Amino acid sequence: MTAADVFTVLAVAAGAFFFLAGSVGLLRFPDALTRLHALTKADNLGLGLIVLGLLPQVDGIFAALKLVAVWLIAQLASASVTQLVVGVIRRDGEGA
Amino acid sequence: MTAPLALDAALALLTLGVAAWTVATRQNFAAVIGFVAYGLLLALSWQRLGSVDVALTEAALGSGVTGAVLIAAVSRPPRAAGRAAPPGPRVRLAAALLSALVALALAALVLTPPEPAPSLAAAAAAHLPELGLGNPVTAVLMAYRGIDTLLEKIVLLLALLAAWSLAPDRFWTGASAAWDGAPPGGALTLLARFLPPIGVVAAVYLLWVSADEPGGAFQGGAVLAAMWLLAMMAGLLRAPEAGSPLLRRLVAAGPAVFLAVGVLGFALPGGFLSYPTGFEKPVIVLVEVPVTLSIAVVLGLLVAGAPGRPPRKEGQS
Repeated sequence: MTAADVFTVLAVAAGAFFFLAGSVGLLRFPDALTRLHALTKADNLGLGLIVLGLLPQVDGIFAALKLVAVWLIAQLASASVTQLVVGVIRRDGEGA
Repeated sequence: MTAPLALDAALALLTLGVAAWTVATRQNFAAVIGFVAYGLLLALSWQRLGSVDVALTEAALGSGVTGAVLIAAVSRPPRAAGRAAPPGPRVRLAAALLSALVALALAALVLTPPEPAPSLAAAAAAHLPELGLGNPVTAVLMAYRGIDTLLEKIVLLLALLAAWSLAPDRFWTGASAAWDGAPPGGALTLLARFLPPIGVVAAVYLLWVSADEPGGAFQGGAVLAAMWLLAMMAGLLRAPEAGSPLLRRLVAAGPAVFLAVGVLGFALPGGFLSYPTGFEKPVIVLVEVPVTLSIAVVLGLLVAGAPGRPPRKEGQS
């Protein structure tokens, strides 16, 4: 196992941990705003760490750029959707 | 149990679980979200089976566009309260029986394949070099079974006509009012300015690589439609009027070009929908570009729904 493989295992495991934490938060947190907070951490850090961990495994700069692009686009979508959901919560209240 | 097998088993169980939850849940909106998640899981399953073309179509259309249509349907207020009574026990029983019958028939077909299983894969791959294509799925859609693809485009037109004809007479040829009065949100506007350039490139890529790699007119068209819808939802673009000549030409362009190329095939030995020898690839690209545009416009209009606003007067734009 090379140093790159060790790095991959560590980073992907850390990413998986954030996804687990985000899922637990989604199930356990008391209200919509804190649940969204938990979800965005999974999208943001979890996916980021998994992409970071996979970078040493891909061959070629374009495959690496594609992975980074996936992370950036997921970030953009996740952040925008979170804002929209929060907007609806603010307007209609928790119960809606 | 090996790791890939465990992954596939988990995926299959999760898909079944989400499907059961979607059927069982009482709230319409939650059921739609379940349906979208189910579609994405199905796309993952197709990908695991090696059918990337089907996976892309499932994600873009089965989950994406259909999900958007369903969300629009459940979030619009019902026109007359209490008009649609919930179906009685007899209707439910009939629906359950019919669904069970279809499921049983499908299961019987999947579980008892003839030996050896019939396959046209070799035949589909045999003529790829003559067509100048590398993706057998595209070859089937555009060449071997071009008539099916042509009819599919006509069905899309019929679906659009059906959606439009739900509009009251005074709104006929008007624009959809689905996103009227939506307050412009900062995040949505930002997303609608940021994402379309990326999405348009992705759509063109999906269409272009479909000659050799998974992709195609439907997937590219769905991505284009999503970008158009995003801009309309954010209020950056106005919903088009159903009576607009440009819109109608765009809607008709794909099927018209496809049909014209098909009719020109009568001049060739192969007859209807045969392509001139040596020019198969350029002709297929020539057909696919307007077809993609038409698919994008029709899918966008289907999500936008029936016109809900009277047409603007002439000269007042």
